Amino acid sequence: MARAVTSQRKAINTIFAWSIGLLIFFPILWTILTSFKTEAQAINDPPIFFFFDWTLENYAVVQERSDYLKFLWNSIIIAGGSTLLGILIGVPAAWSMAFVPSRRTKDILLWMLSTKMLPAVGVLYPIYLLFIEMGLLDSRFGLVIVLMLINLPIIIWMLYTYFKEIPVDILEAARMDGASLRNEIMYVLTPMAIPGIASTMLLNFILAWNEAFWTLNLTAAKAAPLTAFIASYSSPEGLFFAKLSAASTMAIAPILILGWFSQKQLVRGLTFGAVK
Amino acid sequence: MGRIVLDQVSKSFGKTEVIPPLDLTIEDGEFTVFVGPSGCGKSTLLRLIAGLEDVSGGKVSIDGKEMTEVPPAKRGLSMVFQSYALYPHMSVRKNIAFPLRMAKMDKAEIKKRVEDAATVLNLTDYLSRRPGQLSGGQRQRVAIGRAIVREPSAFLFDEPLSNLDAALRVGMRLEISEMHKRLATTMIYVTHDQVEAMTMADKIVVLQAGVIEQVGSPLELYRAPRNTFVAGFIGSPKMNLLTGEEAAKHDAHTIGIRPEHITISNESGTWEGVVGVSEHLGSDSFFHVKCDGFEDPLTVRAGGELQLSYGAKVFLTPDTAHLHRFNDQGLRIE
Repeated sequence: MARAVTSQRKAINTIFAWSIGLLIFFPILWTILTSFKTEAQAINDPPIFFFFDWTLENYAVVQERSDYLKFLWNSIIIAGGSTLLGILIGVPAAWSMAFVPSRRTKDILLWMLSTKMLPAVGVLYPIYLLFIEMGLLDSRFGLVIVLMLINLPIIIWMLYTYFKEIPVDILEAARMDGASLRNEIMYVLTPMAIPGIASTMLLNFILAWNEAFWTLNLTAAKAAPLTAFIASYSSPEGLFFAKLSAASTMAIAPILILGWFSQKQLVRGLTFGAVK
Repeated sequence: MGRIVLDQVSKSFGKTEVIPPLDLTIEDGEFTVFVGPSGCGKSTLLRLIAGLEDVSGGKVSIDGKEMTEVPPAKRGLSMVFQSYALYPHMSVRKNIAFPLRMAKMDKAEIKKRVEDAATVLNLTDYLSRRPGQLSGGQRQRVAIGRAIVREPSAFLFDEPLSNLDAALRVGMRLEISEMHKRLATTMIYVTHDQVEAMTMADKIVVLQAGVIEQVGSPLELYRAPRNTFVAGFIGSPKMNLLTGEEAAKHDAHTIGIRPEHITISNESGTWEGVVGVSEHLGSDSFFHVKCDGFEDPLTVRAGGELQLSYGAKVFLTPDTAHLHRFNDQGLRIE
């Protein structure tokens, strides 16, 4: 009897979980579906789900009108560059906070996180001016720097949590074995932290890829990544939902695929330390 | 060479003084054991010598060279940790080779040394495994292998056997002692287990609350404990300590008598008592006897053949030649 109740509950839980999952995924699904409709069907009322005339016309138009690959390349450079740079700065920073903490370490961590609480638009003006001054406007390098800075608190926090899990004994053993600080980080700490570093990089890459506020405001034609590519289809001369959807699908496809293949790593990374 | 001298070395964590200034000399080639109850500062003292903690005051010198400010990597010491602290991502071979690689030794020499160490420690078959695939005893051996390959001026052991089961511990104890005889290198060994201290040490340093209570050879400590703390700490089972009237008879505040220095009899003796718990080890038997007028039961050692039932009436006679006397500060009276 007790078993029956359990399996019933299990079924309810499963349905519940799937509904929530579907709810979250629905906008993406809708976008993908819409990208295969004609403009008329896209704004049809009531909305059409599956039974429309599937067409690739939107993709053809989008590809014709703008150079998708250029945007893609910019996205890869900006997301990849800011991630690598962030890790390069984040690893030593997190190392020192995790293994040689001072009285202020906790405060610094919180302070870093607090910068994420500030609305980005609050610093748009000064950063914009700085960009003009330094000639960084519409340059990939400038965006790499800005996105790295934006995500650095998250990188350091995540790495800090991973490093905390590594037994200090092992690092002390390395020190006793004659390893310099550089060798200790290179040969002992980093290899042990690889899973943590990998999931940090992955998450950061996704965050940087999807970042729209800064990429839209600081780029024009030259350095514009895929976010700007999408935005260019929500034009003031009228909304073209189907084409916008096609552009969006093309923009999110790479990151969706990347996320799909690395979901195991990502989940492990995000729950690391919770269960052990 | 590995003569280690601590000169007025002290350590405080914030405002708490863990180790008040102390002096200690460890001679070259000596097997020194730091022993004491948990929290007595023995591990901290070891870490100060290793350089893993900075001293709050005083000087540490190794082979006449002042090392107080020298980082652990440059002190020429090897350490074996309680948790073994092996590198989980490296094979046994790479673990053992790591200190040599850090010393930028050439590849052929590294290979030779690692294989020699593996032969000595019976690890040859496991060289390509990861630490996670080894048993506790094997991990311990790898940790020791990693310590011996680079021929340090001294070995530091931080409770290396406490994670092993009892049978393995006895075996490893012998192996470490044998290794010391063979290498004749200075070893400092931290333990809370006085049996390990007694069996392995050339010199025992008994610590309590960061203070050295006594330094001496195992038998010196056993035969002439300097105070009641050492008297109670060294020896198993513990020395019987008596205060009050009995002690006053011997002009002392406290008297101590070891279990083996009391004879037990059914007929007559100095003290009369009732047998409580008996522990039969086969070779010896220990009886806990409650005597009238004494607060705690006395522990008495007898031959393995003696059988006494719970509650039996017995007489005890202490061997006064082996009586230890202590004054009201707990210090030994000669």
